[in-house]
Amino acid sequence: MSGGSPTLAEICVVACAEAWRGDGAKVASPMGIIPTLGARLAQHTFEPDLLLTDGEATLLAPAADGSRMAEGWLPFRQIFTTLAAGRRHIMMGASQLDRFGNQNISCIGDWARPRVQLIGVRGAPGNSVNHPISYWIPRHTRRVFVEQADMVCGVGYDRVTGLSEVIRRQHELRVVITNLAVLDFGGPDHAMRLRSVHPGVTVSDVADATGFILAAPLRVPQTRLPTQEELVLIREHLDPDARRDQELV
Amino acid sequence: MTIAVMTADQVAGELRSGMTIGIGGWGSRRKPMALVRAIAASSIADLTVVSYGGPDVGLLIAAGKVRRLVTGFVTLDSIPLEPHFRIARQTGAISLTELDEGMLHWGLLAAANRLPFLPMRAGLGSDVMRVNPQIRTIRSPYADGEEFAAVPALRLDVALVHMNRADHRGNGQYLGPDPYFDDLFCQAADRAFMSCERIVPTAELLSGGPMQSLLINRSMVHGIAETPNGAHFTSCVPDYGRDEEFQALYAGAAASPEGWQDFRETYLTGNEDRYQRAVSAFREDKAEAAEAAGVTGGWA
Repeated sequence: MSGGSPTLAEICVVACAEAWRGDGAKVASPMGIIPTLGARLAQHTFEPDLLLTDGEATLLAPAADGSRMAEGWLPFRQIFTTLAAGRRHIMMGASQLDRFGNQNISCIGDWARPRVQLIGVRGAPGNSVNHPISYWIPRHTRRVFVEQADMVCGVGYDRVTGLSEVIRRQHELRVVITNLAVLDFGGPDHAMRLRSVHPGVTVSDVADATGFILAAPLRVPQTRLPTQEELVLIREHLDPDARRDQELV
Repeated sequence: MTIAVMTADQVAGELRSGMTIGIGGWGSRRKPMALVRAIAASSIADLTVVSYGGPDVGLLIAAGKVRRLVTGFVTLDSIPLEPHFRIARQTGAISLTELDEGMLHWGLLAAANRLPFLPMRAGLGSDVMRVNPQIRTIRSPYADGEEFAAVPALRLDVALVHMNRADHRGNGQYLGPDPYFDDLFCQAADRAFMSCERIVPTAELLSGGPMQSLLINRSMVHGIAETPNGAHFTSCVPDYGRDEEFQALYAGAAASPEGWQDFRETYLTGNEDRYQRAVSAFREDKAEAAEAAGVTGGWA
């Protein structure tokens, strides 16, 4: 069952898990199947103190028998305080994401009369000025990675320069994980930078799928592959029905 | 104070065109849908609706009741985008005050506490400030001197919420995982109306759940309505989960004018009783179809 070589979805799960490394007892808020598996993998392995919900208000911890047990209550009113207190690291999606990490999930086109109305800003503005954010983009394309986001929901690095010192200290866009690569904001002036490419993906594949000039080191490493222990956990315990493959079609 | 036990239509009758109404619940979860359906069927218009938006917003938009929407999102949860909201925005049919969802909370909290605004970091740096030029910033008068968004109070004329249980005096109880902001909606409003799955004697409330589940007390409420299955098709656990098949039917119907016309005629042209009968018929059809499929599967 766990013999085959790692799939792209499994590599992405591990890359998502890595986003929460070092967070300790913070609430991980993964949006999507692969980010959720990543957060649970991190909780099962190198980040056991991480807090995770069931997607609603119950905090769940791994139980000794392999199931999950309730360990706490986190209704929306507590999420708002938790996020303002900075005790959270969310992994969100983005319909548009620009070079400095300005994210859009609200609408495409002119806000006053959008061409395509999406879900709305949600909590992205508040998240971005209070605690770390990572992004999960299952399809890395120029439609997502744009020069400028039409409606800035999650705030990027260029937009926090004029804000308070507290906000600049709290603001952190940690990593962007896509079906092609892992990126961060380690470029000039916190511009987006290529950190690693997944197996079989070249630097120019990523550049071609990106609508702005992407910073990159001279030698771009390959994304870390899952360990045998991680593969067993993903395949046999966390996702036996392979829901992870649905997000990458 | 005695409060009135009303029908959903009588609650709708308390509203006036041009009012600002807040709707409890969250997305497609524990929405006072029976009250929303009654409003949709009424002659009221030009409402400003404040909501963590779900099909409550969609239905009111489809019925032409919404002039302005104040929200951070509109979603059906298991179906990410609300079709009526989407169409209304793309055709310019409604005005929108788009806030970060925490800002909406803060606006209700300010209103409930009778404050003009509350300071907050959310919004700063984002386009929420660009599309809401009415929102000002304020500098801390203390040594930190930090600048904040001054989130204005979201005072409501009327709040509508749905509880699992209530007594006839207006005490309300939620039995699901999350209270959402239903108490705050009531406290931010001049008048609040609460629908519930079942009215029970006061003495029975605590046999259903702990003290902390008594979210709404009778000082917050001006009228109640017993509306069994009244949050349908949104979730109202533990009484019932979201009716995903019906929600899919709703979302599919909204995709075309003809589809919506059919849906409206089947489900939305009568009162709440007629709606619930039509939903029962839909559920029976589904059950029969499932049974037939099961039989076929078993014999094949």
